[in-house]
Amino acid sequence: MLSRTADCLFWLARYMERAGNIARGLEVASRMASVAGDEAGEEEVWRSLLVAAGCDEGFFEKQDRATQDKVVHWLVFDQENNSAIASCLAAARSNARSVRTALTVAMWSSLNDTWNELRAKSVEAIEGEKLPGFLEWIRERVLLFNGAAHDTMLRDEAWRFVHLGTMLERADCTARLLDVRHEILAPETDGAVAHAQWQALLRSVSAGRAYQWVYRDRLQPRKIAELLILRPELPRSLMACHSEVAKTLEAIAKGQGGRSGECHRLAGEMQAKLNFGRIDSILSGGLHEFLTELIEHTGRLGTEIEAFYIRA
Amino acid sequence: MAITPAAYDEMNGLAGQIAASPAYAEIQRWLAATPQEELARKRGEAEHLFRRIGITFAVYGEGGDPERLIPFDIIPRIMAQAEWQRLATGLTQRVKALNAFLADVYGSQEIIRAGKIPKALVLENEALRPIMAGFKPPGGIYTHISGIDLVRTGPDKFYVLEDNCRTPSGVSYMLENREAMLRLFPRLCHRHRIAPVSRYPEELLTTLKEAAPPNCPGEPNVVLLTPGPFNSAYYEHCFLADEMGIEVVEGGDLVVQDKRVFMRTTAGPKRVDVIYRRIDDEFLDPTVFREDSLVGVPGLMGAYLAGNVALANAPGGGIADDKAIYPYVPDMVRFYLGEEPLIANVPTYLCERDDDRKYVLEHLDELVVKLCKGSGGYGMLVGPHATAAERADFAARIRARPADYIAQPTLALSTCPTLVDRGVAPRHVDLRPFVLSGKEVRIVPGGLTRVALRDGSLVVNSSQGGGTKDTWVLEGEGPLEAMPETQTQSQEQR
Repeated sequence: MLSRTADCLFWLARYMERAGNIARGLEVASRMASVAGDEAGEEEVWRSLLVAAGCDEGFFEKQDRATQDKVVHWLVFDQENNSAIASCLAAARSNARSVRTALTVAMWSSLNDTWNELRAKSVEAIEGEKLPGFLEWIRERVLLFNGAAHDTMLRDEAWRFVHLGTMLERADCTARLLDVRHEILAPETDGAVAHAQWQALLRSVSAGRAYQWVYRDRLQPRKIAELLILRPELPRSLMACHSEVAKTLEAIAKGQGGRSGECHRLAGEMQAKLNFGRIDSILSGGLHEFLTELIEHTGRLGTEIEAFYIRA
Repeated sequence: MAITPAAYDEMNGLAGQIAASPAYAEIQRWLAATPQEELARKRGEAEHLFRRIGITFAVYGEGGDPERLIPFDIIPRIMAQAEWQRLATGLTQRVKALNAFLADVYGSQEIIRAGKIPKALVLENEALRPIMAGFKPPGGIYTHISGIDLVRTGPDKFYVLEDNCRTPSGVSYMLENREAMLRLFPRLCHRHRIAPVSRYPEELLTTLKEAAPPNCPGEPNVVLLTPGPFNSAYYEHCFLADEMGIEVVEGGDLVVQDKRVFMRTTAGPKRVDVIYRRIDDEFLDPTVFREDSLVGVPGLMGAYLAGNVALANAPGGGIADDKAIYPYVPDMVRFYLGEEPLIANVPTYLCERDDDRKYVLEHLDELVVKLCKGSGGYGMLVGPHATAAERADFAARIRARPADYIAQPTLALSTCPTLVDRGVAPRHVDLRPFVLSGKEVRIVPGGLTRVALRDGSLVVNSSQGGGTKDTWVLEGEGPLEAMPETQTQSQEQR
C-alpha cells in the first residue's frame, strides 16, 4: 500500500477516536462540575480535562480561567485548537477524502454526513442544556464510523492501519485520563467526593457498569486502577489497547513477509509489561511515574510506526 | 444582431429539408407516451443518484459549495451504427496523423521542411517542449488518450472543433451517465440495444501497459498521477484508478533514484513503469519545467528521457492540439497518411495573417473568436450573440495581439431534445469521443455529449452552464419496436 494511504488511514482513525474521546471527557466533566459544589473544585475539573486532552497550554495562552463556557467552546469549535471536536472531524474528513478509494462507502458516508451536519451547527447548538445531547450525538457518530469500519472493511493492510490508529489513540487517551486523576486513586483516599470522582473516571472510559460486572464490589481505588490498566476484558484498558496495537503491528509485518523494526519491538515490550504487570507493584512504584513512562512510550511508538511504514 | 441560422435537430431533422431520424423513432414514441411529471421525477431521481455516488467536480475560490454536480439530461442522444462507424474511422485517421505529427516535430521535422506548416508557428509555439527533441517514446505514441471534440450541422456533416492531446477529461461522465441510464430506464435501454461503453477502463489499462518502456521487466506497474483532491477532476482520477485497480499517486508519493521512479509504500519503495499523468506538462518536474510546482516529481523527466518510465500522454503533446496549429491538421492527414481527411475542420481564420485578420475584423458579427491559449469557454466571443461594445472590445484586442486569436464561422450546431423547465426542447450539443492509441487504436462507441442548457446558447462547457447526456450508439439497424404492454403501462400512468 502507498505510504500516504497508510498515513491518511492511520490519522483518519486517530482523529475520529480523539473526537469521541473529547466528547466523552466533556460529558464527564460537565457532570462532575455540577456535583463539585464549590467554584474552585469546578475550575479544577475543567483544568484537568484540558490537561488530559493535551491542549491546556493553548487554552491558557488565550484565557486566564478555565470556566465551563470557555473550555467547552475551546474543545468543541475553536479552530485554533487542533484537538477540538470540529477540528478533529475536519482533519478526519480531509484525510478520508485524500484516500477516498481506500474507504468503504459506509465509512465515507458516516463520516461525510457527520461533517456536513456539524458544519451546519452554530455555537448556540451546544449552549447550556443542549450540550449533553450534542455530545451524545458526537459519540454515536464515532461509534457508527467505527462500526462501519469494523463491519465493511476488507481485512487487509488498509484495515490494519485504521485499527492501529484507533487503538493507539485510545491507549494514549486512557493513560492521560488516568494520569490527571492519579491522586484520587491513592490507597488512602475515601469519602463522598472521592466516590463521585471515581465514578466519573470510570464513566470517562465507558466502564461504570463494567466495574460491577468484573468485581461485584464497592468502588476501591486499587481495583479501579487495575481495571483501567491491566484487565484485558475492558475494551479501553491500557492492556486491551496495547495488546491490539501489538497484534495489529504483527499482522502487518506478517503480511510483508516478516519485515519488522523498532516499532514492533517497542509495542511488544509495552504489551509484555502490561501483560505480566501486577497492580500492587505498579501502585507502590508510583502510579504517576508508571503512567508518565507509558505515555512517553506511546508517543514514541507513534513516531516509530511513522518512521518505519510512512516516512521511510 | 445577426440571427443564428436554423439548426438541424438530430431527432426531428430540419423542417421541409431533412426528414426525422429513424434511429430516434423509439425515443420519439417514448417522449410522446411519458407524461411531463414522470420525466421530471426521473430527473430528480438521477440527480439524487449522482449526488449519492459523489460524482462531483470541484470548484474552489468562487464561493458556495466547492463540490458541484454537472447537470445531467435524462434524454439520451442516439447515433445509428453506420453513423458511428464513419466517425470512428475518421477519428482513428485523425489521431494517427496527430501522433505522426508529434513524432515528426520532435524528430526530423519533415513537415516543416516540406513547407506544409510555417516554421515559426511550430518552433516559437509555447506548447513546444524542446526537451523532447530527439526522444522517441515507446511505440512512437505521444498522445495515448485523445479527446476529439466534434460538432454536427447535418446528418452527415461532422466537424472537428478541437483536439485534446494533453490531459483530456470527462470520460468518467461517459461511464457514469450510462450507469445512471441503465438504472433509471432499464427497459428503454434494452429496446435500443446500445453498444456498451463499460469496457473503457480495461481498454485504457491495456493501452497504458502497451506504453511501458521496453526494458520493463514483467508486468508493468501502472499508476495515475493526480495533482490532488483540490483538482476539479479529482473524482475522475479516483474513479478511473479504482476501475483499473491501480494506485492514485500524488507527486510526493513518487521519488526518483538513479533515473528510476519508485512509489513509497508501507513495504518500502516499489518501482513504477507507467504513469498515467493527469498533471499538466508545466507542473510535472520542477527541475525541468516550472520550479514552483509543488505537485510534480523532481527528476521525473530525467527518468523518462532515460527510458526508465513511460508518461501518458507524452510531454509536449500540446503542440498538436494548439488552436493555431489546428488549421493544419487536414494537411497532416494528407502529408503523413496520404489520405483525404474523413472528418473536416471548421474553416479557421488566423488573425496573425493579414488577409484573415482583415476578414475577421469586417465580419465580427458572424464569427466566433477564440483565444489560442483559452479553454473552458473563457476568452471567447460569439459574434452574433455579442453586443456592439463587446465586439469593439474584441476588435481592439485582436489588433493589439493578432497572433493570440483565431476566428471561425458561427456554425448552426445540431440540437437534441432536452428536458428543460418548460418541457422538452431542442438544445445545442457537441460530442467528445475518447480515442486510445497503443499497439492499435481503440475507441469505445460513443463519448461525452455536452449540451448547452440555456436556450440558443452555443457554449457547452460545464463552467458556462452546460450539462451532459448519455450517448447511445445503436448495435443493430435501429431500435426495437416497443412491446405492447409497455405502451399500455405508459398510458395507464397518465
